[in-house]
Amino acid sequence: MPEPKQPEKLIDDKGLRIDGRRLDELRPIKLEVGLLDKADGSAYIEQGKNKILVAVYGPREAHPKHIAMPERAVIRCRYHMAPFSVDERKNPAPSRREMELSKVIRESLEPVVLTDLYPRTTIDLFIEVLQSDGGSRCAGITAASLALADAGIPMKEMVAACAVGKIEGKLALDLSDAEDKYGEADIPVALVPNAGLVTLLQMDGHLTLSEFEQGFTMALEACKTLHAMQREVLKKKYATMKEAAEEREEAEVVA
Amino acid sequence: MSATPQLPPVAKLEQKTVVDLVSKGKRIDERGPESYRPIQIQVGLIEKANGSAQVHLGKSKVLAGIKVQTGTPFPDTPDERVLTVNAELVPLASPSFEAGPPSEAAIEISRVVDRGIRESKAIDMKSLVLQKGKTVQVVYVDIYVLDHDGNLIDAASMAALAALVNSKVAKMEVKGDEVINKGGHHQLPLNNYPVAVTFAKVDRTIIVDPSLEEEQVMNARLTVTIDKNGDICAMQKGGLYGFTPDEVRKAVHMAVGKAAENRARIMAAAKG
Repeated sequence: MPEPKQPEKLIDDKGLRIDGRRLDELRPIKLEVGLLDKADGSAYIEQGKNKILVAVYGPREAHPKHIAMPERAVIRCRYHMAPFSVDERKNPAPSRREMELSKVIRESLEPVVLTDLYPRTTIDLFIEVLQSDGGSRCAGITAASLALADAGIPMKEMVAACAVGKIEGKLALDLSDAEDKYGEADIPVALVPNAGLVTLLQMDGHLTLSEFEQGFTMALEACKTLHAMQREVLKKKYATMKEAAEEREEAEVVA
Repeated sequence: MSATPQLPPVAKLEQKTVVDLVSKGKRIDERGPESYRPIQIQVGLIEKANGSAQVHLGKSKVLAGIKVQTGTPFPDTPDERVLTVNAELVPLASPSFEAGPPSEAAIEISRVVDRGIRESKAIDMKSLVLQKGKTVQVVYVDIYVLDHDGNLIDAASMAALAALVNSKVAKMEVKGDEVINKGGHHQLPLNNYPVAVTFAKVDRTIIVDPSLEEEQVMNARLTVTIDKNGDICAMQKGGLYGFTPDEVRKAVHMAVGKAAENRARIMAAAKG
């Protein structure tokens, strides 16, 4: 895979981006839950070329024991990129960036998990980026929320995340890899929609105050859209389970 | 793997006192909600460094040292110098710090300070490239936390900026294939002066510059780094809870004025 060249323009004359999107348009998103056999909960997200798999193990006995907390569950999180997920092979050892992202992703999810129901345990989240395409921490959070719900861990609600950036002086939703690399700013945001809480907020680049206000509002709206998609996926999972149960029941009656 | 941190046990009574005061618009050290603790900045303490600065932010003490050395640029940016920011939470600074590989907190401090300097283009990355693709000057910013009484990000950001302003670099030139020292020094070229301003949410109140006691009871933390033009160049939220969108907007606006005040202090100390 040759490294892609810097595109001449990130926005064309019609105001469309390199992948044909409008400035306020999300990339195509695919969400799945429950696809891993051994994990207590799992989820998969494709957002643009991002392909991210998340597994949840727990609540389970804390190991080593001294990390346990007497009044609540400890949440542990690992965000990790596969060596083949980027243009230049990434060393599989955790980088400083991955360590920081593991922390901010964990902090974005802490407020929604009812950890006090499971004292002395751990809830472990493993986020593996199989292919990265910009905005992977946000996609990781969106998928991690689904995986927690899939594991049946009591939560107040799911967290949804999306980034907004600035490319060629204009605010654009959900930056792709090239837009992130050659753009002027990136603001990843995570929102707990019903509580109205921002649980992840980072920014790098250059923004005036009014650009920030406008971009921040765009990101919050996108988080709400993503939250609706998360709910749909869960509803579909339970509808399928219900159908299967009904079929089993019918079969029993016939027998 | 990142795990929920175990906070040192704070007596319930003390915890309650800190929270009650903040919710009444007061603070345990008698500051207002929007005031910094006293700030003292000293530069040039370390003669062997190209630049250095020590910041006292209340009882927090952070020392930053700059080393400028020749090295090779990254292959994808052959005509840019290299910037490396590192933070050490040395064990003498707090009973909660341990010797060993950098902790998550140390990595976060260094990456937030790095983002401010890098994204505001504070250091002219294109200058002092001696041989394109081969030899450039590498700027190391090393942050040493000496005493931890809260808000290490702001103390580190101020110390790093003051140390950069204080930095002098040996004059170098390229003769044939060799890089030689011409003798004499010049000021490290800077284009911008980013300053981080950190807010904490205690109960439902936003306060600036949380002390350690306040950090131990805070819900969440937000750092906003402002450049010399009053624009935003970096942000970082931390902590186990969140902010409402309005709290974020309020903090961002408040950061601009606070950053300008602290920048003036840093410039005065670094030049004086």
